[in-house]
Amino acid sequence: MKVFIVAEIKNYTMNFGPQHPAAHGVLRLVLEMDGEVIQRVDPHIGLLHRATEKLAENRTYLQSVPYMDRLDYVSMMMNEHAYVMTIEKLLQLKVPIRAQYIRVLFDEITRILNHLLWLGAHALDVGAMTVFLYAFREREDLFDCYEAVSGARMHAAYYRPGGVYRDLPSKMPQFQPSKKQSASEINKLNKNRTGSLLDFIEDFSKRFPTYVDEYETLLTDNRIWKQRTVGIGVVDPERAVALGMTGPMLRGSGVEWDLRKKQPYETYSKLNFKIPIGKEGDCYDRYLVRMEEMRESNKIIKQCIDWLRVNPGPVISNDNKVSPPSRSEMKEDMESMIHHFKLFTEGFHIPKGEAYAAVEHPKGEFGTYIISDGANKPYRLKIRAPGFPHLAAINEMTKGHMLSDLVAIIGTQDIVFGEIDR
Amino acid sequence: MSQSIKKQTQSLKSFFKKKMLSIDEDKGEITITFDQKNIIESLRFLRDRPEFDFKQLIDLCGVDYQEYKIAAQDEKRFCVVCHLLSLSNNQRLRVKVFADDDEFPIFPTMTEVWPNADWYEREAFDLFGLMFEDHPDLRRLLTDYGFVGHPFRKDFPMIGKVEVRYDPTLKRVIYEPVSIDERNNVPRLIRDEGIHRG
Repeated sequence: MKVFIVAEIKNYTMNFGPQHPAAHGVLRLVLEMDGEVIQRVDPHIGLLHRATEKLAENRTYLQSVPYMDRLDYVSMMMNEHAYVMTIEKLLQLKVPIRAQYIRVLFDEITRILNHLLWLGAHALDVGAMTVFLYAFREREDLFDCYEAVSGARMHAAYYRPGGVYRDLPSKMPQFQPSKKQSASEINKLNKNRTGSLLDFIEDFSKRFPTYVDEYETLLTDNRIWKQRTVGIGVVDPERAVALGMTGPMLRGSGVEWDLRKKQPYETYSKLNFKIPIGKEGDCYDRYLVRMEEMRESNKIIKQCIDWLRVNPGPVISNDNKVSPPSRSEMKEDMESMIHHFKLFTEGFHIPKGEAYAAVEHPKGEFGTYIISDGANKPYRLKIRAPGFPHLAAINEMTKGHMLSDLVAIIGTQDIVFGEIDR
Repeated sequence: MSQSIKKQTQSLKSFFKKKMLSIDEDKGEITITFDQKNIIESLRFLRDRPEFDFKQLIDLCGVDYQEYKIAAQDEKRFCVVCHLLSLSNNQRLRVKVFADDDEFPIFPTMTEVWPNADWYEREAFDLFGLMFEDHPDLRRLLTDYGFVGHPFRKDFPMIGKVEVRYDPTLKRVIYEPVSIDERNNVPRLIRDEGIHRG
């Protein structure tokens, strides 16, 4: 008689992260695995929790603007945008039209910045190294735009309640010769920096479609890329809505929903652009949606440049109770000086009330909810981060997939911990 | 836009009548306040009735009204605020529910109405100590493992209560009471006259 000894097979628990190259920062996942098949995912988040909302309660409205940059640190200006929009809604403050166009211009630059990082990181996770290098080449130019306009390459603090901090510069910063780079190399680098910032962005927007073509030749028909993304992490449209998904995650499932079209803010209603949507709701469709969004953003940038070239004007509200008066006024006018002093010591007060305002962030709907009790600081600030419900859905999206697909799904969700942990 | 807001307010008013505590319209946003008792039933109506169709829960957060008493709500302390979105009607709605008991704020869970309420409720529990009855998995979400207290409550100090450091003699990370003082350069100030014309 033969005796068969069958080993008892149990699910085992595995730790993914928090220090993992594919974890996009500090994601810790506790995985319950059956062989290589995922049974359950339990994300442990909060390793980057800085209590931004609590800190904001102890700072004046203006002092919190730089904190917004640090939420989703790959789409900095968009976070500021939602925040200043909420303040403007509470104060019923009018933003000059030129400032609105500048905001739209930089929103779209930010969208491209974000999507380029997503593309590079997602491809790198799935095993395509080259795209990452290409994507960062273009990000460099966009960071230069940020720097030219605000002085900071990432954390700009450029949007202010009532407009933007200052008008677009008429000169781009130049590269200087050094020991490592000769004058002829520097001249080559400075070639598209001889004009204004708008000239530089226009030059970029002309080059950019070919760059997107380059990324697409590397990925769109790539057999390995398709094997890793087609049919992975499928979310059907009803479920995507119920799970609170927004942005490309929702549009990838075929739901046509974009705040820029449906609830237009700033000048989006005057601009001409399309909303790409997916069909299957898998990683590949979300990839296609985001690629198309970059092309559409580029179109919006072009329209903004054309408008901004011929329409000079103020870029910040002239209500000196909220926005500071100009330097020259301050030196001659007593009242302007008082305004300046009051604004930067006590800050402005917001009447009692509450408001929620949201923008179409590259990742989805980014909104802020402010309750004011009439003070110079918010009573409560709630940040609605788009990545939060997306990551919450990861258990549902990965169930029954292989471990390697988990990495593709994290990539497709475009997770950034600055906003999820806040 | 303001017309559709008025219409929406009307339809909400005529549908809920006595079931809601209050409804107001401000800056193009509608806020509806419900009693704790029938909240789940009302939320289901908001989700399923075609004239409301709020299929998406955009946000859910806790609020601690300890230092900003709302007389209309009997000066209750804790509140849950939900932001709803209807994709088909292109409308938003804010729903508020106040907890009856300040000492032990407990709400029925909304996870059965909107599945993504799961993490939002965990966050509200973690940061404000709000309890959600029948929640499938009410654990802390954002704070440290073993954290004590609810940091977003108004009576929790901004600098926290404990700090961590590595102790070379014990060869492990230890928790100690905070050694720093709270620094506040700009006092919180409410100016009633002239609002932001101060």
